[in-house]
Amino acid sequence: MVGIVVVSHSGRAADGIREIAREMGGDARIEAVGGTEDGRIGTTPDPIREAIEDVDSEDGVVVLVDLGSAVMNAELAIEEAAVDEVAIADAPVLEGALNAAVAATSPSATVESVREAAEDAADVSKV
Amino acid sequence: MDRETQSEAVRAAVDAIADRLEAEKSHLTELDSAIGDADHGANMNRGFQAALERLEDADGEPAELVKTTGVALVSEVGGASGPLYGGSLMKASQELEEGITAESSVAFAERYLETVEERGKASVGDKTMVDAITPAVHTYKKAIEVDDHEPLEALGKAVDAAGRGVAFTTPLRAKKGRASYLGWRSVGHQDPGATSTLYLLEELFAVATEYLDGDVEVDAEAEVDPDELEEPAADGDGGA
Repeated sequence: MVGIVVVSHSGRAADGIREIAREMGGDARIEAVGGTEDGRIGTTPDPIREAIEDVDSEDGVVVLVDLGSAVMNAELAIEEAAVDEVAIADAPVLEGALNAAVAATSPSATVESVREAAEDAADVSKV
Repeated sequence: MDRETQSEAVRAAVDAIADRLEAEKSHLTELDSAIGDADHGANMNRGFQAALERLEDADGEPAELVKTTGVALVSEVGGASGPLYGGSLMKASQELEEGITAESSVAFAERYLETVEERGKASVGDKTMVDAITPAVHTYKKAIEVDDHEPLEALGKAVDAAGRGVAFTTPLRAKKGRASYLGWRSVGHQDPGATSTLYLLEELFAVATEYLDGDVEVDAEAEVDPDELEEPAADGDGGA
């Protein structure tokens, strides 16, 4: 199964997003990462890399990110991670994570299909 | 300069940079509070203090020390400066594996710039650290490879170029980073990342002066002091 990692500047935000995504995609392998080691708002690559390695089951991983430095730190983490196929979805983090979680539970899911499902969330109009 | 002295110089440079960032912490935060999230000073200071600690147990090779500094920044900063400054040092350190020479230092500088550009996806004029690094690296390379200057003199010219780059960020509208959310409101503020990059270069130059035993003048501050250009009429002293 394709793994999913949610990265936010806040650990609580990441956990909350995972909680919502699990509600829809119950079986998906999702890890949440956020905040710095000393509890500040921010992101660092090491915990992201560990999460990527944790959720991988040889089918690859899709990473959802919130803002600027989360993207850069996720890129660094991907370079260092011992996982072959990892993609960052260019998607709103909450809606994208939800879509990705649902897509990942499909038996024919691939990193590409999960990433696309996450990115489709960018086109959904709320109002 | 033998390998051991090179390592000593790298440690001295990190030391000097850490001191400078400690001293400039509030100033950088002030710049960042105008157009960012007000943490650049604290983040850079925390990162370099962590680097100092990690260097105590680090291997003695110059490349290894530079890499260790990068790793410390990447894991301790917690913002975009981590991957931008730290990730780039990690990559660029590979160019110093055979030691620090005029040639390898040019390769180092170019690799650093290239990595910052790739990671941050910023170009000159976006009101970021790239506005300070690009002229500095181009100036350094030209001074060494075309004009045949000594590394110390080349570095002095690079510091001048970075200073002009920092001043140039003030009138720009930010296109990258947190400041870009402000749009036109970012105009009139000096970029904090370009500013800290200038501090790094100034300290590097100061340490290089000590180790290369030269007496090259840097006139960046005489020509344009970016700190004084930042808000010309703010407190009426004008600075001129």
